[in-house]
This record gives sequence, structure tokens and C-alpha cells, in this order.
Amino acid sequence: MEPIVIAKNITKSYTKGLRALDNVSLTVNQGKVLVVMGPSGSGKSTLIRTFNGLESFDQGELNVLGIKINSTHDERKIQKIRRKVGMVFQQFNLFPHLSILENITLAPINVQKRRQREANEYGMYLLNQMGIDSHAKKYPNQLSGGEQQRVAIARALALKPKLLLFDEPTSALDPERINEVLDAMRRLAQQGMTMVVVTHEIGFAKDVSDQVLFMDSGKVIETSTPDIFFSNAKHERSRKFLNQLDKH
Amino acid sequence: MKRNRKIFFQLGIFIIFITLIAILINNLTINLLRTGIGFNFNWLLKPASFSLAEHPLPYSASDSYAWALFIGWMNSLKVIVSSLVLSSLVGTLIGFARTSKNSLLGLISAGYITIIRQTPLLLQLMFWYFVGFLGLKDNISIHIKNLFKLSNQGIELPGLTLSSEFSALLFGLSIFTSAYIAEVIRGGILSVSRGQWEAFRSLGLSERKGLFFIIIPQALPAIIPGLTSQYLNLAKNSTLAIAVGYSDIYAINDTIINQTGRAIECFLILLISFLLLNLVITNFMELINRIIIKPIKHN
Repeated sequence: MEPIVIAKNITKSYTKGLRALDNVSLTVNQGKVLVVMGPSGSGKSTLIRTFNGLESFDQGELNVLGIKINSTHDERKIQKIRRKVGMVFQQFNLFPHLSILENITLAPINVQKRRQREANEYGMYLLNQMGIDSHAKKYPNQLSGGEQQRVAIARALALKPKLLLFDEPTSALDPERINEVLDAMRRLAQQGMTMVVVTHEIGFAKDVSDQVLFMDSGKVIETSTPDIFFSNAKHERSRKFLNQLDKH
Repeated sequence: MKRNRKIFFQLGIFIIFITLIAILINNLTINLLRTGIGFNFNWLLKPASFSLAEHPLPYSASDSYAWALFIGWMNSLKVIVSSLVLSSLVGTLIGFARTSKNSLLGLISAGYITIIRQTPLLLQLMFWYFVGFLGLKDNISIHIKNLFKLSNQGIELPGLTLSSEFSALLFGLSIFTSAYIAEVIRGGILSVSRGQWEAFRSLGLSERKGLFFIIIPQALPAIIPGLTSQYLNLAKNSTLAIAVGYSDIYAINDTIINQTGRAIECFLILLISFLLLNLVITNFMELINRIIIKPIKHN
């Protein structure tokens, strides 16, 4: 099994000495789904943002798809990684001045230099996969939250990435819209997409993930299979966190 | 009761306003009667009998006041339009530099903006004229082959000679306005949410392409109104031309008032000139707003 992400002792400190990431190590293998859980402020978002260079780090080494980056934050290498790694954000972050199809074809045309027609065809294929091809000519704010997030997934897929990062993809959605996004993510996992997902969705983590990584105060507290994590978590702090999630 | 008080209040303001205007008109009439020159524009066709150092169209002292005013207009337009272009270019560059991740670039542009914005425009114009241009040597001070000559005679480019007065005004106005435009640009860029930057970066787009395709189109709605008011200020500030001896519409009006005593007519002409000019600028920007911005907002 080929490793897609290898993180070794990644540490990131804020100015006040507070550690956003404290000696984090992990491996994500090809075709696997890693779910990252933890209380807010535990560093989960920061962690996955280092994978595509949206966040820098101070110590340690990161290997994403064979490209090694460290604290020097080499822009050229990061650019290379970003062409192979897709990302989906909590707030969708669609481009409001571009149509749905243009949102998706922007990177293929301007980064991969694909022809307009070819990019459009693949864009329509992706929208069809997400069940929203009828909205291709609309603009983001004409769509519901769930539809916008599915567009964001299609946009992240447009460069045919080897790895997808999800940063709390359903946290900004109305409850009745969450499943349409989770279903799309499930299908991607079944197709063998390597994914790292920051989420509080226990059902999704149980069904889809291969491993659950639990973080608190920038540290990895435990990494377990979902079976063990949700029924018999090794650490007191993990159990406490799960108890609190259940109450909500 | 409350409504009555409101009506009384508004009536009061109205009466004060009318009274002020009445006093003004009364004053004017008395003064016009006293000077005995009345109010008319017949003098416009008389020969101006003063010469102008700079005239984009043929002009001699025997031409009429009206023609002299028109030349002043042309001179004003020349300096306003060229400063508008130059200040926009420089302002945009400084504005981007101010938001760049490069800390040296950010520091330099922040310093530029601070110095320019915190000194009076008049002082800056004087600086450019007396230190920047008249401070140069008689002969050519800076000389790049035959393409660019800079001396106390002004700037010489192939097929184009700019007087030192015009150059000082162009530099002064452009640099002064560019600092304000830079802040407008920066404000516009900052108005675009951080998520948009992260989204284009995560798609592998370079900073340059991201700015062009994603950030600028969304920043424009916030930039255009601020830009418009800077352009209006620029047009009005151009009347400081008189300080460096450039013959703009205001300077020529000033000369004519001295010669003819037609202050009221001249100021009316000036007032209407600038009102018209600024209406043109406002409407032009409004047009840009409609053409560029409206398709961006899909509400």
C-alpha cells in the first residue's frame, strides 16, 4: 500500500507559545479514509491545512504524494501538491461571480491548460455525478447550502486529485441538507478516493472511515479503527469527547 | 404634538435658509450697483491681452477672453486626465504592494502612503516644482539616450515636451492621489473574504492569476465608489496649479478677474465648469460600475 500522506513530528506554535500542532505524526495510505475528530481549537483544521500548504509549520516534515515539504514553505513544491490535492471547506468558498460550471472549469483551464470544451465536458460529468448538472449555468447564491457544497466537491475533483481534504464539510449546513453531502462523500470513498475528513459526523465516521484520529490541544491523543474508537476508545479524553457529542 | 413640533422645526430651517439666500442676493446687488459694472458676459469677446506660456491650441494676446478661458479649460483637462491615469496606475501598484505577503514591499508602500497622506498637497506641489524641477541644472540633468530628457525646462520625450510647471503639477497631483487610491484598492482587496484566497490557492492557481480571476472582480464593487471620490478630489485639487504657475482654468480666471473685475461672472464660469467636469467623471464611473460590476453581483 502506497502512502499518500506521511507527517513526521509536525509542530506549529503561535506567537504566545501556544501550540496549534504538537509533534503530530500520521500516515494516510492510498484509498483510505482518515477521519479527524476533536474539540474545537484542537488543531484539526490546522493539521489538514498543512497538507496543501494553506498553513505553514515550524518543525517536522511532511510528505504528500512523494513531495516533501518542511518549515521553509517552498512555494513551488506547495504549488505542485495543490495540483494533486483537492480541498472542500466548511463555508464552501465558491466563487460568487462565476457560474457553477465556471467555478469548476477555472482550475483545469488556467492551471492544467485544458481546452475550454474539454474542461466543460468533464465539469458537466462531475456535476452529473453530484446530481446537480441542471444548475450548471446558475450562480452559487442561487443554490442551497447542500447544493453549493456538492459544487465545491465537484470543483475539488476537477483537477483529478489523488487526495481530497474535507474541512468540516457539513458544519455550515442545515440538518436536512447534511445527508446529500455525506452521500456524495460516501460514493467517493467507495470509488477508492483517498480522503482526510475533519468532521463531527459520527455516523459517517463509523461507516466510511478506515481510521479515526482524535486530537486535543494540538496533540494526537489516539488513532484507532472506528470500531474501537466508538465502542471502546483507549483514552479517557476521547471517551469524554464522545460522551459530550452524544448529548447533543 | 410630536408631529407639530417636527413641522415647526422644518419650517424654521426653511425660513433661515430663505433669509440667508435673500441676504446674499441683496449684498450682491448692492455691491454690483456700487462698482457700477453690472452683470453681463459681453466682455468675454474682448481681447484678453495677456499671453499664456502653455496653449495646446493656437493662442495670442489678441484673442478673446472666451478663447483664453477655453485654453485654460484644455490645460486643466490635460493635467486632470493625465494625472488620473498616472495616479490610478501608481495607486494600484502601491495598493497591491501594501497587501502583499512580502514584508519589505509592505513596509515601503506603507511608508509611501503615510508620508504622502500626512503632508499638504500645496507643499508637495511646491516641492516638485522648486526642488524637483527648478532645482535641476539648466542643461540636461538626466538624459537617457534620445528617449528621455529631464532638466529645469521640464521633461522631453520623443514627440512630446512637458513644461516644468505641467510636470510638477502632474507629479504632485498623481503622487498625492495615488496614496489615497492605494488605500481604496487595499480596502477593496481586504473586503474579499479569506476563504476566497484559500479556495483559489487550494486549486493550484498562482497569486497573480488568483488576484486577476477571483479577488479583483470581487473587490471592484468596494473600490469603484472610493475611486470615484478620489477622481473628483483630483479634479478639484488641480486648481492648485496656480501655485506653480500653470495656466489652468482657475489661474486664467484669476488673471481675468484682476484685469476686468468680473469676479462674479468668472466664479460662475468656474463653478459651472467644475460641476460639469465632475458630473462627467461621476457618470463615467457610474457607467463603469454598470458595465463591470453588475454582472459580478448575482443577487
